[in-house]
Amino acid sequence: MRFSLTPEQEMIRKVVREFAEKEIAPLAAEIDQTCEFPRVNVEKMVKLGLLGIPFPQEYGGAGGDHLSYAITVEELSRACATTGVICSAHTSLACYPLYAFGTEEQKQKYLVPLLKGEKLGAFALTEPNAGTDAASQQTVAILDKDDYVLDGSKIFITNAGEADIFVVMAMTDRSKGTRGISAFIVEKGTPGFSLGKKEDKLGIRASDTRELIFENCRVPQENILGQEGKGFKIAMSTLDGGRIGIAAQALGIAQRALDETIQYVQERKQFGRPISKFQAIQFTLAEMATKVEAARLLTYRAADMKDRGENYSAAAAMAKYYASEAAMDVTVKAIQLHGGYGYTKEYPVERLMRDAKITEIYEGTTEVQKMVIASSIIK
Amino acid sequence: MDIIVCVKQVPDTNEVKIDPKKGTLIRDGIPSIINPEDKNALEAALRLKEAYQGKVTVLSMGPPQAEVALKEALAMGADEAILLSDRAFAGSDTLATSYTLARAIEKIGKYDLIFCGRQAIDGDTAQVGPELAEHLNIPQITYVRDIKVNGSTIIVQKALEDGYAVVKSPLPVLLTVIGELNEPRYPSAKGIVDAFRKHEITFWTAADLNVDKARLGLDGSPTQVVKTFTPTNDRSAEILHGDLDQVVGTLVGKLKAKNLV
Repeated sequence: MRFSLTPEQEMIRKVVREFAEKEIAPLAAEIDQTCEFPRVNVEKMVKLGLLGIPFPQEYGGAGGDHLSYAITVEELSRACATTGVICSAHTSLACYPLYAFGTEEQKQKYLVPLLKGEKLGAFALTEPNAGTDAASQQTVAILDKDDYVLDGSKIFITNAGEADIFVVMAMTDRSKGTRGISAFIVEKGTPGFSLGKKEDKLGIRASDTRELIFENCRVPQENILGQEGKGFKIAMSTLDGGRIGIAAQALGIAQRALDETIQYVQERKQFGRPISKFQAIQFTLAEMATKVEAARLLTYRAADMKDRGENYSAAAAMAKYYASEAAMDVTVKAIQLHGGYGYTKEYPVERLMRDAKITEIYEGTTEVQKMVIASSIIK
Repeated sequence: MDIIVCVKQVPDTNEVKIDPKKGTLIRDGIPSIINPEDKNALEAALRLKEAYQGKVTVLSMGPPQAEVALKEALAMGADEAILLSDRAFAGSDTLATSYTLARAIEKIGKYDLIFCGRQAIDGDTAQVGPELAEHLNIPQITYVRDIKVNGSTIIVQKALEDGYAVVKSPLPVLLTVIGELNEPRYPSAKGIVDAFRKHEITFWTAADLNVDKARLGLDGSPTQVVKTFTPTNDRSAEILHGDLDQVVGTLVGKLKAKNLV
């Protein structure tokens, strides 16, 4: 077992870090305040091909691996967690199911523009009454001649207000439970499809999170993804991969909090010397650094398993569970070591803490990750 | 249009610290980068290729690990990369370096333009580009800050201390460029993947080149470094106290004593 990246992965990190520090980080504090979706960041990421890393070049992707993708989300999130999740939701939640389950026609029509960055993607599973209990879908899709007619609503949808292509789950046969759920490709502007207001959130404030409303929304029959009744399987498989993205986002946030703190404690003087000279501070830093490194290893391992074609479901759940809790813990400690300054917007650590919290919640709460992990070990 | 770009891998001097006791550079863990103005040179070459078609070949001399710099150049969009690497090249000064590069360029054969960065951030000599043009017996324009191609001639702005000169030259020509010429692109993710999976770097040793061995490496280098040292900084500050007239009087007295006024 070798714990080192390939030269290709190293270069991805070097380039994305430089890009993120120069082009993405300077906007992060401002968009956290204005909540304005950073369209300019999307355009810049498209130029570098960062919105389609782990997909074949024949579809417009970079032809890279999932570990390179995880490193990319990590480095973007280290600069700006909002930008990290834009990339992650687009790549893992919209592009992946189209790539894995779409027909060749669907790939040409929807995946290619997504991977080229001409269009932005989103994924819609959660409903007001179907969160962790995803099987309780209320949104229905009834076949009527050549169309499915969608009725219902989805909430907390990342990229919603900015996306062009949505992968949407809906019940086609309620009597079959989870096997009655199907996945659909819905385009922005389809009659009967509208958006709710943008959520005002604790963190990742510039990420565009909204409700999707379907009222007698007719989607052509050929826009079903996979087969009728396969929606739940598609959603679960999609979220398995998405968890690597969110683990990487949490890792990036935690790494940034650690980096900021290492710098601060060496500059801040109390009792006549830098506070980094005090063992209490050193011990806290040691705890933070160890958690960040453990989160990194779990996250990279899950991505590497996906690259090798192994079953990575439990590994991704462990990575997401651990990295998100590490991010929360490390950012809280970062504020503590910054003292009063850390509680102000003069330093980025308070933003990092607010951004970290969502990683314990979306794409499966910590509790869901534990369910996935437990079910993989108790047969 | 066939373009050759000479690049050098250098330590990122923004990250380099000096050992206060020994006075030497601490190179451990310092990342290596493409010399910044060489990146401007590559960017200029890539833009000309995009405008006029052709081929961009990147050429470097250095240890085997300089391969990473060439991979990055390929990721940015270069078509080919050649690394001159041989123990015989070790210890080259600018003359031996430019001689070796010239022989390699003769081996490459056809070219319309050669680009170099003005100077490398580790050596700061700015000599290799001009010397290379002399070895090849072609015109050179240094300190280039703007480029226009007009058929078989090139019109560039050459930066001067207090302005710029517009210089016209036939092709082939060697240009050394400065940072204000352009903003180098980031390599794309696809470019990085292709650089590692689709492109091979060509390695040439001394045996691959038509060279006089006495002109290579340390033996071919008339420059000798006698000693390196960090300049001492003995500046000290003094703050004057008292009322304004008194302070000004003291200050003028001190400046006069040092013949500064």
